[in-house]
Amino acid sequence: MRKWIERQRNILDFTLSSLSRRKRKNIALISVYTLVVFFLASIVFFTHSIRKEASIILKASPEMIIQRLVAGRHELVPMNYIDKIREIRGVSSVKGRLWGYYYDPITGANYTLLVSEDGQPAPGKITIGEGISRTRLVFEGDTIEFRTYDGVLIDLEIKNKISSESELISSDLILISENDFRKLFGTPKGYATDLTLQVKNPKELSTIAIKIAELLPDTRQILRDEILRTYDAVFNWRGGIMIVILLGAMLAFIILAWDKASGLSSEERGEIGILKAIGWETSDVILMKFWEGMAVSLSSFLVGIILAYMHVFFASSVLFEPVLKGWATLYPKFRIVPFIDASQIVALFFLTVIPYTVATIIPSWRAATVDPDTVMRA
Amino acid sequence: MIELLNIRKVFNTGKPNEFVAIHGVSLSMDANKVTVLKGPSGSGKTTLLSMIGCMSRPTSGRITLSGQEITSLPERFLTEIRRKTFGFIFQQFNLIKGITALENAMLPAYPSGEKEASMKKRAMNLFDLFNVSQKAYSKVEWLSGGEAQRVTIVRALINNPSIIIADEPTGHLDTKLSMEFMGIVNRLKEDQKTILIASHDPIVYDSSIVDRVVNIRDGRIEGET
Repeated sequence: MRKWIERQRNILDFTLSSLSRRKRKNIALISVYTLVVFFLASIVFFTHSIRKEASIILKASPEMIIQRLVAGRHELVPMNYIDKIREIRGVSSVKGRLWGYYYDPITGANYTLLVSEDGQPAPGKITIGEGISRTRLVFEGDTIEFRTYDGVLIDLEIKNKISSESELISSDLILISENDFRKLFGTPKGYATDLTLQVKNPKELSTIAIKIAELLPDTRQILRDEILRTYDAVFNWRGGIMIVILLGAMLAFIILAWDKASGLSSEERGEIGILKAIGWETSDVILMKFWEGMAVSLSSFLVGIILAYMHVFFASSVLFEPVLKGWATLYPKFRIVPFIDASQIVALFFLTVIPYTVATIIPSWRAATVDPDTVMRA
Repeated sequence: MIELLNIRKVFNTGKPNEFVAIHGVSLSMDANKVTVLKGPSGSGKTTLLSMIGCMSRPTSGRITLSGQEITSLPERFLTEIRRKTFGFIFQQFNLIKGITALENAMLPAYPSGEKEASMKKRAMNLFDLFNVSQKAYSKVEWLSGGEAQRVTIVRALINNPSIIIADEPTGHLDTKLSMEFMGIVNRLKEDQKTILIASHDPIVYDSSIVDRVVNIRDGRIEGET
């Protein structure tokens, strides 16, 4: 066993000093390779994380949302709808929700204001998301000025920041008290933005939705599954576009790698001949080429993955944000919480490292099976 | 020690350019002696050396090494014999460029799984012996012809082989360096090595160190001196 390890070490040593001889060529190759891994991994990390964030949102979201429509547009819902819906069998709870958007002219950002069902801040106080704090440079104890629907300015004090496992939900969010919300937007008492509904048995959801539609014809019912499907479609589609574009890049890389790896130069061929002549077996030569392929592809793979991680989770995927994030004006900026799926890393590994390594070994194997006496005739 | 029995080597068999390089050569060589295969270019010296050194196989005939028949051995065993029994000194040196003289010298020992420290120690001793230790960490392309050849000799000796095969070793050396080379051959002979040289250089075949000169022409033995 020790001999086996030493043999690997010796051959690896030789491989590394061999690689350093063709520095320029190998650095160019590693750079292109790293770039491909970087793009691929960025897309994979991004789409996976954003979908994961979306699923976290949905986990916490109600099973059904009921909105009132007037002339096809979303309108405020009278609170007395709650009593009507509650009477439908199978409904376990119905609540009115107050939420809306507020445009902040200072930062040019839209905030989402929400009256939380569990634990509202006291009147005059708000809780803000990380994104708002970062964009406006405001912290606990500071105040933010809001202009109400009728032009009056009110100051609300930041009580604390929202800690959430998903920044996609909380980045632009402001939790506000019911009183302040109604004061700000002029929402009359007895009305809510929409209603949320929980059922006793999730299998009855669609039946209950039909009953509500019959009972209150001016409402529409949105089921959680429908939102999930929309999210999935949006992000899969966008990830798909990028992957199609990248396939072109991948193909170009494969041609480059194949050309580099399969076309052994006469110098390399000569070296293999020398090694065979001085007592290397075909398997030793293949082992050397295996380590060479591994050294190039593994280092590119690791660097590419690390750069992609930094790009997606620290730099907010600046390079392809406009394509990937549903709408390009998502603001304030949010940072995706890192979620990495090991199976995706493995898939990337098999897509990049393995083909390259194989592409290096095959031609060397062919070169290594020639009679070593060709060296004596050089 | 080395026995060749009716060796024949044909290149491009069955093709229009078929060429018989060796015509039924039989020869036996003793251990611890210096034997020179003498003949002009294209006489078949190198072909014969490469078959003895397990680098290629004869088309027909048998070669035995210390009583063991080697012509029918599978590739893996031939490689092992080549690595353990033979050390090669080539006319073109055949050093690998871009790496140091020391790394080149240790190359034949790499696949054996020996610890690097012990390989290095052995190589450095040999570098000392042949007066090239100051060049051990130089890249081989910076070496002079004489230095490069001494590195080749160190490489040939790294696995402590019993037989040294040298193909036109003085082909790229001037008279002084050729004489020096023969001095090294003498030292190897004193170390009980069996030495087999292919050459058409008088400095080699006229040397007093040489025990036997076999004349080869057109793939046949034409007598001995």
